[in-house]
Amino acid sequence: MLNKWKVFVATLIRGLGVAGAAYASEIVVNGSTTVLPFAQIAVERFAPAHPEVKISISGGGTGNGIKGLIDKTTHIANASREIKSSEIEQAKANGVTPFETAVALDCIVPVVHPSNPVKNLTFAQLKKIYTGEITNWKDVGGENAAIAVVGRDSSSGTYGTWQELVVEKGDKDQKSRVTPKAQVTASSGAMLTTVAKNKLAIGYEGIGYVDKTVKAVSVEGVEASLATAKNNTYPLSRKLYMYTDGAPAGDVKAFIDYVLSPDGQKIVTDTGFINIH
Amino acid sequence: MLHTRKRGTTSPHFGGWGDRVAARTALSVSTVCILIMGFILYFLVKESLPVLKATTLSELLFGMDWYPQETPPALGMFPLIMSSLAVTFLSSAIGLPVSLAIAVFTAEIAPRRLRNLVKPLLELLGFIPSIVFGFLGMVVVAPWLQDRFSLLTGLNMANASALLGMMMVPIVGSLADEALCAVPRELRDASYALGATRWETIRRVVLPSALPGILSASLLGVMRATGETMVMLMAAGGAAVIPRSLFDPVRPLTSTIAAEMGETPVGSEHYHALFFAGLILLLITLAINLLSAKIEAKGFKLKGGNL
Repeated sequence: MLNKWKVFVATLIRGLGVAGAAYASEIVVNGSTTVLPFAQIAVERFAPAHPEVKISISGGGTGNGIKGLIDKTTHIANASREIKSSEIEQAKANGVTPFETAVALDCIVPVVHPSNPVKNLTFAQLKKIYTGEITNWKDVGGENAAIAVVGRDSSSGTYGTWQELVVEKGDKDQKSRVTPKAQVTASSGAMLTTVAKNKLAIGYEGIGYVDKTVKAVSVEGVEASLATAKNNTYPLSRKLYMYTDGAPAGDVKAFIDYVLSPDGQKIVTDTGFINIH
Repeated sequence: MLHTRKRGTTSPHFGGWGDRVAARTALSVSTVCILIMGFILYFLVKESLPVLKATTLSELLFGMDWYPQETPPALGMFPLIMSSLAVTFLSSAIGLPVSLAIAVFTAEIAPRRLRNLVKPLLELLGFIPSIVFGFLGMVVVAPWLQDRFSLLTGLNMANASALLGMMMVPIVGSLADEALCAVPRELRDASYALGATRWETIRRVVLPSALPGILSASLLGVMRATGETMVMLMAAGGAAVIPRSLFDPVRPLTSTIAAEMGETPVGSEHYHALFFAGLILLLITLAINLLSAKIEAKGFKLKGGNL
């Protein structure tokens, strides 16, 4: 009886293996939700010209994408940060060599409620607001009202970049922490709604998501825009990456080449990001 | 139990082929359930215990700082545990009395036609997905709360608890209603015959008789509040501090797990800590369960004294 079961299970597994092999030209793309908006359109435009390639794309977050790359379930990992050294080690242990391709520029913009008179904040002010040292808008040139600090969940790529570029800026040994009183939102959309609905709020958001429901605040006197991020004058920008196992080859290469092509980069700019060239 | 007690006193067909099939089916289904429960528990414990290598139990349970992404991570869950308990308590305080009142109304007071209208409506409310409640809390309740009470934020404990209380009402209300309806008519008739008013009958006769049913209904509601994730994620604000007022943003264990599990490297201290948070949740619901079993036992004794 037991043997029969073993045979059955073995057949089943073999069957799955064969089915997997039939889609040899399947590309699985996973990772950062920041990259998702333009990657998705790129997939949609890439697919008709390449009917033999089956691309499935999802946005499980940078960490998940890289996790997938490491355990070989994902071919392209979208990332809103550079791969960590610990992740590279894990990958190497699994026989995967992460290869980095920068595909777009993103800039993170501090956002406030449209009715907020504050137009500009310095790094020092942003840092003090997020660490809980400044708790009133009047200390940064606004009205006499408390500041509702809104952040992202600690596993978001945007959180990581904000932490690194703003909160820990200038820290030496003791790293600064975001005040525990800060509210936490679990997605870019939730962040936008939270800030748009709260007159006292300050949050941060990738420039691709910022819309008219909130007001973007300039940093160190520089307004976030395509131009300022590109010429490196806007201080809060980051690169977005696609990671592959080794240098891209075959269909994966074709797709990444498409993203880097003028057509692909036009999608990048159309979705509110900044092209890499 | 029922099975053995009645053996021999029922029809001669008892224990025949049909019975055996039914008994075996029931046995295997419940065995599978218990096995699954066992596996979940085993998995939860197995995945959560490694966190104790990185930190101590007292630091986990009573630490005040939750900064899991740092190296080394700060894994103090006290604010999260307190948030979970506070929200559970507050939402039960809002939801249970309302549910009970509705149940008494539909079961005892409302005329048949009204009951036939209200009951399905109530149950319909139970079909609303929790994310809809969360959305409601985020875009409707939060701005209103903030303007009305000039708060720092409308996404807070009061908001989330009110929504959770509302989500409890359909489940608890309709189950409690059924418990009340199951009270034999004779009891009510006897009470009226002794000259008791309707209120006295409800309070002294019907409610005590239906107490076990009402309690288990309430228990389901409380558990739902403890385990609810989406509403917490969207409407509770998510600040990892111990709430000091009703309008403080809170961050319960559930929303912490939901928000952070997605991007945590498998096998990291943070990963194991999140499983530990799940284990704590399980222990909280277990404690509530035991507590209610105790109350129920006491209730039976009380009822025995009264009747």
